[in-house]
Amino acid sequence: MAHTEWKDAPGLPDFSLLKRLARDQLIFLLEQLPGKKDLFIDADLMSPLDRIANVTILKQHEVDKLYKVELKPIFVLMFTDLVNADKVAGRFRRYKIIFTPQKFYACETVLEEQGVYGDVTTDEWNFYILPLDDDILSLELPEFFRDNFLEGDQRWVTTAGSALRLLQSVYGSFSKVYGIGRCAKMVYESWRELMEDGEQRTRQPEFAKVFLVDRDVDFVTPLCSQVVYEGLVDDLFRIKCGSVEFGPDVTSSDKSIKVMLNSQDKVFSEIRNEHFSNVFGFLSQKAKNLQTAYDKRRGMDIQQMKAFVADELKGLKQEHRLLSLHIGASESMMKKKTKQDFQELLKTEHSLLEGFEIRECITYIEEHINRQVSMIDSLRLLCLLSITENGLLSKDYRSLKAQYLQSYGIEHLLTFANLRQLGLLEEQQAGETLTVMESKVGKLVNDKTVGKLTDAFSSLAKKSNFRALSKRLALVPKSGEEYDLRVPRDMAYVFSGAYIPLSCKLIEQVLERDGWTGMEEVTRMLNGQEFAVTEARSKTDAQRIVLVMFLGGCTFSEISALRFLGKERGCRFIVVTTAITNSSRLLEALLDNSA
Amino acid sequence: AHLDLKKIELYEMGWNLKDGLRECLVAAAPYGGPIALLKGHYRRSPSARPQLEIYSSSGLPLASFPWKSGVVKQLGWTVSDDLLCVQEDGTVLVYDLWGGFKRHFSMGNEVSQSQVLETKIFHSPYGTGVAILTGALRFTLATNIDDIKLRRLPEVPGLQEAPSCWAVLTQDRQSKVLVANGSQLFILDNTACTPVTPPGLSPQASSIVHMCVSFSYKYLALLTDSGHVWMGTSNLKEKLSEVDTKIKTPPKQMAWCRRPKSQQPSAVVMWDGLLIVVGECKETIQYHLDDDSVLVPELDGVRIISGTHHELLQEVPGACEEIFKIASMAPGALLLEAHKEYEKESQKADEYLREIKEQSLLSEAVRQCVEAAGHEHEPETQKTLLRAASFGKCFLSNFPPEQFVSMCRDLRVLNAVRDYTVGIPLTHTQFKQMTVQVLIDRLVYRKLYPLAIEVCRYLKTPEYQGVSRVLKHWACYKVQQKEESDEVIAKAVSVKLADAAGISYSEIATKAYESGRTELAIKLLEFEPRSGEQVPLLLKMKKSPLALSKAIESGDTDLVYTVVMYLKNELNRGDFFMMLRNQPVALSLYKQFCKHQEQDTLKDLFNQDDDHEELGNFYVKASYKDQRLEARVALLQSAVDEYYKAKNDFSAKTTEDEMRLLRFQRKLEEEKDEQLVGFSLQDTMTTLLSVGLHKHAEQLYKDFRVPDKRFWWLKLKALAEKEDWEELEKFGKTKKSPIGYLPFVEVCIKHHNKYEAKKYVSKVTPEQKVKAHLAVGDMEGAAEAAIERRNESEISTVLSRCSATTDHLLMERLNRAKATAVKK
Repeated sequence: MAHTEWKDAPGLPDFSLLKRLARDQLIFLLEQLPGKKDLFIDADLMSPLDRIANVTILKQHEVDKLYKVELKPIFVLMFTDLVNADKVAGRFRRYKIIFTPQKFYACETVLEEQGVYGDVTTDEWNFYILPLDDDILSLELPEFFRDNFLEGDQRWVTTAGSALRLLQSVYGSFSKVYGIGRCAKMVYESWRELMEDGEQRTRQPEFAKVFLVDRDVDFVTPLCSQVVYEGLVDDLFRIKCGSVEFGPDVTSSDKSIKVMLNSQDKVFSEIRNEHFSNVFGFLSQKAKNLQTAYDKRRGMDIQQMKAFVADELKGLKQEHRLLSLHIGASESMMKKKTKQDFQELLKTEHSLLEGFEIRECITYIEEHINRQVSMIDSLRLLCLLSITENGLLSKDYRSLKAQYLQSYGIEHLLTFANLRQLGLLEEQQAGETLTVMESKVGKLVNDKTVGKLTDAFSSLAKKSNFRALSKRLALVPKSGEEYDLRVPRDMAYVFSGAYIPLSCKLIEQVLERDGWTGMEEVTRMLNGQEFAVTEARSKTDAQRIVLVMFLGGCTFSEISALRFLGKERGCRFIVVTTAITNSSRLLEALLDNSA
Repeated sequence: AHLDLKKIELYEMGWNLKDGLRECLVAAAPYGGPIALLKGHYRRSPSARPQLEIYSSSGLPLASFPWKSGVVKQLGWTVSDDLLCVQEDGTVLVYDLWGGFKRHFSMGNEVSQSQVLETKIFHSPYGTGVAILTGALRFTLATNIDDIKLRRLPEVPGLQEAPSCWAVLTQDRQSKVLVANGSQLFILDNTACTPVTPPGLSPQASSIVHMCVSFSYKYLALLTDSGHVWMGTSNLKEKLSEVDTKIKTPPKQMAWCRRPKSQQPSAVVMWDGLLIVVGECKETIQYHLDDDSVLVPELDGVRIISGTHHELLQEVPGACEEIFKIASMAPGALLLEAHKEYEKESQKADEYLREIKEQSLLSEAVRQCVEAAGHEHEPETQKTLLRAASFGKCFLSNFPPEQFVSMCRDLRVLNAVRDYTVGIPLTHTQFKQMTVQVLIDRLVYRKLYPLAIEVCRYLKTPEYQGVSRVLKHWACYKVQQKEESDEVIAKAVSVKLADAAGISYSEIATKAYESGRTELAIKLLEFEPRSGEQVPLLLKMKKSPLALSKAIESGDTDLVYTVVMYLKNELNRGDFFMMLRNQPVALSLYKQFCKHQEQDTLKDLFNQDDDHEELGNFYVKASYKDQRLEARVALLQSAVDEYYKAKNDFSAKTTEDEMRLLRFQRKLEEEKDEQLVGFSLQDTMTTLLSVGLHKHAEQLYKDFRVPDKRFWWLKLKALAEKEDWEELEKFGKTKKSPIGYLPFVEVCIKHHNKYEAKKYVSKVTPEQKVKAHLAVGDMEGAAEAAIERRNESEISTVLSRCSATTDHLLMERLNRAKATAVKK
């Protein structure tokens, strides 16, 4: 692939507007109840809220006390208790429940059933999008994945549609929309409907192309261990709402430090997309540079010193602080990751992706389970095995499942049921015949019915077809070739050169072809549901800004891959996701051990 | 200051009344509205029922029916052209323009007990109000009949019999009553009864016999028994004039006849056969009336309706007077003259024009002509004036065309609605006050749909407020036509409404349903593009399956929830479940709801579907929510049964194992006092081994067919943790290790016991030898093994671990071996 980087990558729209909109709306809602008030906040909402309006702002609008409330489903019930307690105590207060991002009919039903409906007023805070960074927008809906894909609850579809509409109304209309997946299609339709209801605004668009993708189109990518710096930080320390808490082992002091991770952090922004093996070298070079910058002081006269202190020192100090943090983080990373077992884990993953030495992989996984190395990692490997191999042989499936249950308890029977429902972990059965039948039928009847039939079949047996997809899209580079991680040549670098994320490859291909033509085989293997719609014509720089919406979450590795792709193609990608995810979050959402 | 009046004939009445308006109760709505007559209501014999008739302003019949209710005291119209009939007992019946009964309301118990003496219906910015004087000589008042709040006004002091006259005023955002008791005048508001005196009222009067308030409530006219008319502001702060009519008999009716912004007060007083207009000067203008008549006060004049004619009496507007006054030299008059000459192709045209232009009054002239045209009733006169204006405009370069254009449009619309067949005699002033919107509403109310649409199109009203709205009303009316079949109506509606924007088919369908045509309603709903809109009506019509599928189609989860919850309450459980069964989206939503709210329902749902797999899962889940062991085991047993039914032997067996495990854990807990219940098999064994209960661990290993490898790993880890090296060695010798001996080496090293580790190095398989040697730090051994195996990569591994200073010799050896290995 040619290495002509585009020098004039387009600038990104200013997303801080979205924050301001959300804040203004919140303030408006708070002002609706004049006077002193107590604010109860759902714990899940704390971090996003903090990014929008900090305590000072809340206090300015007469919020007296803040309470954090855990456990979502009980929220309304707790509220009921509060109201009733006040009633008994003869206290008079006014109550308001603010639902975000939207109010559901069921909430009102519950309030009604509890008999407090008349005591409260309800409102909506349409806080759809939280900008996490210059190019990452999050809906902060981690529950989207489980609700939509496992429970079949489509309540968030309209939320996603509304988010798109919000983006469109603030940043101009889209010229072309591509997508793949059932949910993507529904979101697109919901958004269209909202647009028809509302007034049309014709202003110069700031991004013209939109790509919607369902998480279940590509489960492989989020199941792989992340090896780019940002992804690794997320896997190890868990980035929450754009900030991470580094423990004592990183800070080399006795307390934890909370750090915002975004492009404002000059050190981080340079290493976030790098393969972790490069990071340490980079950081030490950086440290040397920093030292040189400090060393400039020597031999300065007073005037120069004054200028140095005024202009540079603060920046250097800041950089120094960040540098030492990231060095600490990567040290602790290296400690964990260069160990023998991590290397073996990666090796197993790569073998699975390549479809190579599967027996050994199964033995490795078995041992992994037996030794109780990690509940989630074992599950992750099992799923990876199942997807890449189109399901497990009956014998293996049963033995591995039995061993897993012995290790982690019988309640995981339900976890396995969930995984099977999503097609993440399956037993091979008469599945092969289905594919054959399907393709035969496909030749006989027209396309539309094929789509329907495919739907029907896919509900019977969700086939991953990973091997075939990987071959057709060249996701796994030929083994044996050296891959220089310092100079990545394609998106595979985010997985040490072993695998190009399927989701990102799809985006690349579709943008290149300006549609799905020529990819019929691929989409058929992905259960169809693809679409490409031209909404309007536009011929501006906006053409080179592409909005990618992940429904069900996306990983930092995918974001890094897209950033790389953007650099290659001279365009910028903006990622809109229902939440940032990784293998642990993905699988934890599917656990069913609500003990 | 003298008063110029003109009386023009609006219509020759189309009705045929035998006795004219004699003995009729009459009410005519302002703004050229309909006329209601109640004939023969004075004859109180039960045999002859009075007849209620409704006509247009031109006397075309709209409705007629015998009056079957109680004695009517007063008729009146609301602002939205509904007819109010106030009965003696205080009940007010509301009819629409077509005589259809709409509703009724009461003016309160007090009124019904003491009966209605007199009633006045009045209009204010708050809607239409009703004021009643009861037999007990008290006033009860409702300001807005659409939002009735009855107010009983304070007592009038010294009132022994019905007051000589009274009127309703709207002042300070409040409705008040002005009452005359002889010569005394009182204002009644919510709280008080205040005596007032009109400034400068002639002292010779001993009683006020009649009063009237202007259309705008700004002015008041009082007629005294001495025949004087006092006119002033209604706040009684200013007197405008006082005129002697020289007639001392009480009049039949009195009304203001004044234009907005006019400088002169003028009121009309009517006696039998005589009409007198009083103004500022002493002279009065008199008209003879041939017939019994009724005065209808309007914004800018008075309409006079008799048995045969309908006339409008109004002050001559300024612009018209300027132009048409004899020998007028006003610019407008000159322009009209100039245009006349121009038509005759006479050069005088130029002279007139020049005269205007010299005074630079041409634009004023055009303006006058346009304005005057607006006030003229005759299309011919309108045209003449507009032509003159257009002619004048040609000589002006910068004259803004809007006024002229909109006047042409307005007049065209006005002429159309003034037409005899339509019968809405609006003046231009009234039209401007009432707005196009309201005019269209009235046309729609009169079912003049084509005309309404034409007006909308002609005035370019936005489609949403104009044509679409009319079409919707038309459709709502159409669906009530009983004689046509559902298909015909549905087709007609869809054809007509096809390309109109913003039509709500669900509203039309609701109308159809309300008139008892469910099938038609469903047909119409099919045209509704937004499926969300269809749902509420479908539910109302009890078409729940359809409602459910429409809700699902809309993709709005909330709507689906609404329907599901509704159905849950509406249907019996079996039917409800059956319906959900056919709608997977709704079913999964409901399951979601049940998971949080109603666990038992969830079970029933699975039961109904014979979904044994899910039932099994359900019981498993329930089992670990229960704290008591017995309950847990019982629940697991249910799960086992279900799994067998589902032919899921694997899950069944596993669950059985779990039950066994639980019992085992319980037993041991009791015996050994060790926390075990709820642990996984592995954790149980780990715990047992860590506290030295090897036998029990062994038993589990056998009972649960734990793979050898697992058990070895476990035991290895547990023993190393306890640093029980002796036991470990024994264990290692029991039989050949299924996991090899490398783990032994590694586990010892992990616990920093190199000595023990070395014991196992020799047992390690050849493939792992190098690793083992390296683990214990035996470079020589590692090198030896690697060289022996002639494995290049292993040699490299060892090499990488060698240090150049101490292992110099070794490295040389290795390098040599490596070279040979590569060669091979």
